[in-house]
Amino acid sequence: MSNTSLTNSSLFQLSQMLASKSISSVELTQTFLNRIDTFNPNINAYIALDQDKTLAQAKTADVRIAAGNAEPLTGIPIAQKDIFCAKGWQTTCGSKMLANFIAPYDAHVITQFDNAGAVNLGKTNMDEFAMGSSNETSYFGGVKNPWDFSRVPGGSSGGSAAAVAARLCAAATGTDTGGSIRQPASLCGFTGLKPTYGVVSRYGMIAFASSLDQAGPMAKSAQDCALMMNVMAGFDERDSTSLNRAKEDYTRELAKPLHGLKIGLPKEYFAEGLDTSVATVIEAAIAEYKKLGAEIVEISLPNTGLSIPVYYVLAPAEASSNLSRYDGVRYGHRAAEYTDLMDMYNKSRAEGFGAEVKRRILIGTYVLSAGYYDAYYLKAQQIRRLIAQDFVEAFKQCDVIMGPAAPSTAFKAGEKVDDPVAMYLQDIYTISTNLAGLPGMSVPAGFSNGLPVGLQIIGNYFDEARMLNVAHQYQQVTDWHTQMPELSMPKEVA
Amino acid sequence: MALSIEDIKKIAHLARIEVSDSEAAATLTKLTGILGLIEQMQAVDTTGIVPMSHSQDLAQRLREDVVTKTNQREEFQKIAPVLGNGSSEKAVDHGLYLVPKVIE
Amino acid sequence: MEWEVVIGLETHTQLQTNTKIFSGASVKYGAEPNTQACEVSIALPGVLPVLNKEAVNCAIKFGLAINAEIAPRSVFARKNYFYPDLPKGYQISQFELPVVGKGAVTIQVPAVGKNPAYEKVVNITRAHLEEDAGKSVHGAVEGMSGIDLNRAGTPLLEIVTEPDMRSAAEAVAYAKKLHELVQWIGICDGNMQEGSFRCDVNVSVRKKGSDKLGTRREIKNLNSFKFMTQAIEYETRWQIETLEDGGTIHQATVLFNPDTGETRAMRSKEEANDYRYFPDPDLLPLEITEADKARVQAQMPELPEAMKARFEAQFGLTGYDAASLTASRELANYFVATVNKGAEAKPAANWVMGAISAKLNAEEKPLADSPVSAEQLASLLKRIADNTISNNAAKQVFEAMWNSEGEVDTIIEAKGLKQVSDTGAIEAIIDEVLAANAAMVEEFKAGKEKAFNALVGQAMKASKGKANPAQVNELLKKKLTT
Repeated sequence: MSNTSLTNSSLFQLSQMLASKSISSVELTQTFLNRIDTFNPNINAYIALDQDKTLAQAKTADVRIAAGNAEPLTGIPIAQKDIFCAKGWQTTCGSKMLANFIAPYDAHVITQFDNAGAVNLGKTNMDEFAMGSSNETSYFGGVKNPWDFSRVPGGSSGGSAAAVAARLCAAATGTDTGGSIRQPASLCGFTGLKPTYGVVSRYGMIAFASSLDQAGPMAKSAQDCALMMNVMAGFDERDSTSLNRAKEDYTRELAKPLHGLKIGLPKEYFAEGLDTSVATVIEAAIAEYKKLGAEIVEISLPNTGLSIPVYYVLAPAEASSNLSRYDGVRYGHRAAEYTDLMDMYNKSRAEGFGAEVKRRILIGTYVLSAGYYDAYYLKAQQIRRLIAQDFVEAFKQCDVIMGPAAPSTAFKAGEKVDDPVAMYLQDIYTISTNLAGLPGMSVPAGFSNGLPVGLQIIGNYFDEARMLNVAHQYQQVTDWHTQMPELSMPKEVA
Repeated sequence: MALSIEDIKKIAHLARIEVSDSEAAATLTKLTGILGLIEQMQAVDTTGIVPMSHSQDLAQRLREDVVTKTNQREEFQKIAPVLGNGSSEKAVDHGLYLVPKVIE
Repeated sequence: MEWEVVIGLETHTQLQTNTKIFSGASVKYGAEPNTQACEVSIALPGVLPVLNKEAVNCAIKFGLAINAEIAPRSVFARKNYFYPDLPKGYQISQFELPVVGKGAVTIQVPAVGKNPAYEKVVNITRAHLEEDAGKSVHGAVEGMSGIDLNRAGTPLLEIVTEPDMRSAAEAVAYAKKLHELVQWIGICDGNMQEGSFRCDVNVSVRKKGSDKLGTRREIKNLNSFKFMTQAIEYETRWQIETLEDGGTIHQATVLFNPDTGETRAMRSKEEANDYRYFPDPDLLPLEITEADKARVQAQMPELPEAMKARFEAQFGLTGYDAASLTASRELANYFVATVNKGAEAKPAANWVMGAISAKLNAEEKPLADSPVSAEQLASLLKRIADNTISNNAAKQVFEAMWNSEGEVDTIIEAKGLKQVSDTGAIEAIIDEVLAANAAMVEEFKAGKEKAFNALVGQAMKASKGKANPAQVNELLKKKLTT
């Protein structure tokens, strides 16, 4: 079978090929590494690659497969967002601050993939400390949207997004604090899931906003996401916010028909601010669901508009504190020249952090500082409850909520870099689920002038299996998720 | 609450981030814009609403008081930063992390 | 002008756990630098805290010991500031909702000069759980400080009083009482040299009769009661003089220098801090149920006050004796053990507070190292009770036991200290004495009572002190009056 159809195969298909020995993990991994060699220099999806480590894991996987104790993802090459500490791997979180940081331990997510026998293909590019919606804040440079190199892949999981879309990995991990899995999934045209807060352990995942951060899968299909979730989800005693629930099989409901499914459409998600061509695509997707037997209910999430102000108080506040550990004392960047302790702190942090990260640290420091705490932080936490309450009411009327994942398709690189507020508005439809702690996903639903559009599905707490079912059934009758960008061979290779 | 350059300097000092005057000015415009966005919250009446810190209403889990960590000093100090100020040595000495003299 | 000093204490007690408050790293004292600094202790990117159950138990024990409100729900908050011994750039502490609320401690303030001893109640404002910081080591490398994070994350209970104390003596009495209490209930080893028990003292002065507080200065990290007295007295004098010279006191954090006996403001604390407290999103609220409290209550030892009352009632000891015996749990246990081994309570109390304490003080030994066990002391006291030996002989036996010369009875044998209680033998001695002292006998018969005591003395001397004095008296009377 041809290399493209190989790199285009689903995790399920790859798993079968590996099991039937029609291909080895080393061969499969090498195929992806070759493709990365060819296309990554242009796309810049990866920050760190280590062929020896990667192939060694592939060899181990082949032994395990031969021994007959393989799991579904054994031998499959997965790209890891560079926010996860992976022992012996450069782990930068997209920052100069950690440019030379070799993680001395494994994040829970990394351990889970290791135990499953998956192969770590490399560490993917991202907005610095996950603060961004275009991957343009990365110290390691922007990432190109495989559908149009002049456009951004979205963020903060932009490297993982481009890698999945350009088939530079079989699947990837991402993290989502305000939309960092769903918005890039929408802009790059693949399936991404942000689970219920607490379902995937945050241990070893470099913190941005602790009460909002959640890791999830970024893959070609809902089925692939389900297989990824089976590996990523699970209780971890090292994370106090990790939920101690019975292990579940996220594929168990995929085949269920959707007759009688109640889909809620929040009017606020279709109001002004939504690109009309995006709206058209979403409406077509809803029509498809009607054909599948779903009922449509109009609902309201009245506080949606407040989610951005609330988020831009809470997330920076938590971040300003989470990022205080980067002081140049024990690891990370220390200024080359400094006069005293204060000067060492001020210079190391001024040099190590990029502009957007500094902005958010300063906002966070301000809203927590004496005299402003009640007006900003406390107020935001109160409105956060109102926003969560909106969803409680909504789910009394419907099983899942649908709408756009992002207000527009991929925008031009540089278009919003100097306008933080415009950039922040990218997350208008995704942030409120993080504030509520609810699961959300983005599913390819079509195109607008050749650029992918994602349908967002929001579920109730712990309803991931149902959401995956809802997405999977749609993907049985549509082929948006199978479409991939035409990548022209770089000159020197062609 | 309108920000001033002095506010920016004060916040930057609290956050231990050096800002030049020009940076402070640029930051001021951006932060003012963001705070404008944030100000929308003030229109909402939140009297009596319990602040929400966590999405799950759960209690803290407790850990058994058993030693599970072993000495990894060597491993951890391999990634110590370079001392700087002309030295390319790691900022560690006899297992201690080195910083400019701490004044009490 | 009459001045009054107002004092409040904040005490950091290191809790007796095996591991740190938020990680499984050991808290054993004295390890090589950073060998007990795990990934959580050095705040690597991505690490997270998980609360130590034993630290919570310690907090509950303390709350129960001072009859405080124990919060059914308390919250951990981040105290944000930059310091090299604070790896995360914030300390996980408790701010708005501490685990232990209002309580009280009763202190005994010793007599000073003509002022008699008295009791006083010191109110506890709160006690909260938090993590300790690391240590800065100076002078290792020229111009640099070395950071050791072994201590970072060690569980602390910070105990805060109301500004209830009015003299250095009261402050020290409280500190000593607290020091004993936390050891008594087993939550802190009380080792002040190793920093297990550190006091910050807030001192302010005001004109007598005024009801509003003056500006306070906080004396940090006092690690001996001697220094605490000196520091408070110096600081009080300094504040009064400053005010009388028309100066003003500015709120400050000061350090006490034992060499000069003076306090000076800390440079690192000059700028007013803005700690930006907010609830730690990595930790959920700590919930303590009635069942949790009951479980801990069941493990609690009898508290000093209760034991003191019991000693008075059960053994008829004076309040003073009962108080001194319950000054430390070890002393109380030793006394109880002695009584349980068959000694009478009052002599046991006298010997424990007398001979034993004297020896220990003289040799600067802790009770644990006493060469004479409670059981040995009991067997000695039994020999006094059954007239085998006299009190004087007992003192010699005790000396020998202290020098580990053997068990009570063997020593009595070896030294031939057994009392003679055989009537025949004593009569024989008395007859000799009477014969040899006819003159005294005459004096006695002439009515000189003193002569009788002299004869008793002679008889005792003749028996080399072994005769049972009571018997000697009785028999001598008989012989002289018949």
